Amino acid sequence: MKQDTDMNRRRFLGQAAAAAGLTVAPGVMLYEVQARPADQAATSKQRWGMLIDTSKCSTGCTDCVTACKTEHGWGSTETKSNAEQQAQWIRKVKLTDKQTGHVQSLPLMCQHCETPPCVDVCPTGASMKRADGIVLVDKHICIGCRYCMMACPYKARSFIHEPLMNQKPHAPRGMGTVESCTLCVHRVDNDGIPACVESCNAKGHKAMYFGDLHDPNSEISKRLKEFGGEQIRADLGLNTGVRYQGL
Amino acid sequence: MKAIRYQEIQGNSFGYFALLGILGLIVAAGGLAAFYMEHNGHWVTGMTNQVVWGMPHVFAIFLIVAASGALNVASISSVFGKKQYKPLAPLSAFLSICLLLGGLTILVLDLGQPDRLIVAMTIYNFKSIFAWNMILYNGFIAIVAVYIWFMLEKRMNKYSKYAGFAAFFWRLILTTGTGSIFGFLVARQAYDAAIMAPMFIIMSFAYGLAIFILVMMAAYNWSGRELGDATVRRMKNLLGVFVGAVLYFTLVYHLTNLYATEHHGVEAFMLRDGGIYTTLFWWGWVVIGGVLPLALLYGPTGDNRSAIGLASVLVILGGLATIYVIVIGGQAYPLEMFPGKIVESSFFDGGVKAYSPTLAETLLGIGGFALALIMVALVVKVLRVLPESMSDAIADPHYKAEK
Ligand code: SF4
Repeated sequence: MKQDTDMNRRRFLGQAAAAAGLTVAPGVMLYEVQARPADQAATSKQRWGMLIDTSKCSTGCTDCVTACKTEHGWGSTETKSNAEQQAQWIRKVKLTDKQTGHVQSLPLMCQHCETPPCVDVCPTGASMKRADGIVLVDKHICIGCRYCMMACPYKARSFIHEPLMNQKPHAPRGMGTVESCTLCVHRVDNDGIPACVESCNAKGHKAMYFGDLHDPNSEISKRLKEFGGEQIRADLGLNTGVRYQGL
Repeated sequence: MKAIRYQEIQGNSFGYFALLGILGLIVAAGGLAAFYMEHNGHWVTGMTNQVVWGMPHVFAIFLIVAASGALNVASISSVFGKKQYKPLAPLSAFLSICLLLGGLTILVLDLGQPDRLIVAMTIYNFKSIFAWNMILYNGFIAIVAVYIWFMLEKRMNKYSKYAGFAAFFWRLILTTGTGSIFGFLVARQAYDAAIMAPMFIIMSFAYGLAIFILVMMAAYNWSGRELGDATVRRMKNLLGVFVGAVLYFTLVYHLTNLYATEHHGVEAFMLRDGGIYTTLFWWGWVVIGGVLPLALLYGPTGDNRSAIGLASVLVILGGLATIYVIVIGGQAYPLEMFPGKIVESSFFDGGVKAYSPTLAETLLGIGGFALALIMVALVVKVLRVLPESMSDAIADPHYKAEK
């Protein structure tokens, strides 16, 4: 059965890779890595991560969310589900300090933990973490039990409550399974960066950085070294791949 | 003690068929409800991405928890060597399997992809307590089945004690496993408590015994067989102890939570500001499921069978309320991601989540319950599990009615 699982995973990732070749905005080079040949598995040489500078993220802006919707095709596909049932892979959160009234804004999505609770609890292993740190759901073996959603401290996952049509080939989705941010694995595997980061930078906000946390020379590592970066719910010790500045 | 004679119930009365008919209708309604939800998708339910487990899970977890407790009578006879419980041990074991199957059926039918059950049965992630539970549940059914066989088959009687031991330990692990489903959800304030697992064990004792008492009284009453006071009174006392213990654990659970500052928010929510969850906690969990049954069992009505039956019904209703508060209330309370901040988003962060169960979900839950009961009704008809008489003279010759 193990073999089957692997097959399924490969099929899923294969579909993801097929639609890749999507263009990365010219001039956006926030990372320096070699593209991994398609026949090679992801390795732990890299650990993909993201850094979000909350001071640059403005309250009204939803460019990253829009980019994610366009990229993966969520947001308008669910017509029967109510607002609380519709999927959201990434959302903007507004924080107001109870004491000072200071307002902050930040995007929140799957934090791609090093020790993800969703992977621990998933009975079938559909929730998985790739060697390079990207946390994914294999929709072929997800039974839709939603235990991972119960376990996620960030409410990053969505369950699909109705039949879906016209999905993007690189983002298979389906009724009765769970989904969440893939860190745009189909782009990353082809030397690209996630759609949200690309859009945030293209629009000139420059609040999001993507790169290899294991490479000390990547921009994200340098920034983390210089300015630090906090984890949401650091108390849980999950060592998240997504970090925030100015929380 | 005289030899116990086991005998199938005749099961050809109008009442028996009416019982089967009513239960069958409820099961059918539950099945239709499940089909309707699976066919359309979960948008037709009250469940959302905010409250992901709903009414089906309340019933399923209740039944699974109660299943382990229903084995009490068998365990007491074989593990603790109390002879008086022995005659009813087979019924207790069967009831336990039936309740477990009822609960699991609900769980499976509520999956987003129930047709992938085969995946769940063949691919295990051994880190997942859910996967462990699947092994625990299957193992439980197998062990209890062997245990029943040893009890009912004369040649094997001598081994039944060992099987009883195995079943006893297995059920303790099983309930711990069920309780641990919540224990692993450290991110959720309401579940972040070590006392969860032992509390589930004691709840299982109470709920399982309450169901057992009702099934036993119904089986004997409706088949016109004799059920002596000795047996009823013994069960009643036991139920009282378990109900009291549930109340005690509830107290400890909240006291320890109140001690830890980080849990003050969720405590205030459950005990004071939680609306429906606060109501269900005080009225359902504490009053209906605890105080009233205790009053009925130990008050002046204590020897009255109707009062004992009513107390058992109340324990079951209170138990459902308890699980509702734990499962749904625990999700309704917002995840605390940003302490000290007011949190707002398009994904309903920060606020208390609403959940209103739909008819279909509730029917699925009740249908699972009815499925368990219909299986029991059939078992006592086709197999010899019910002693022909449980009169005091047979069950407990030394028993003397108190004045
Ligand atoms: S919903 Fe799917 S991915 Fe999540 S725990 Fe269940 S099987 Fe795993």
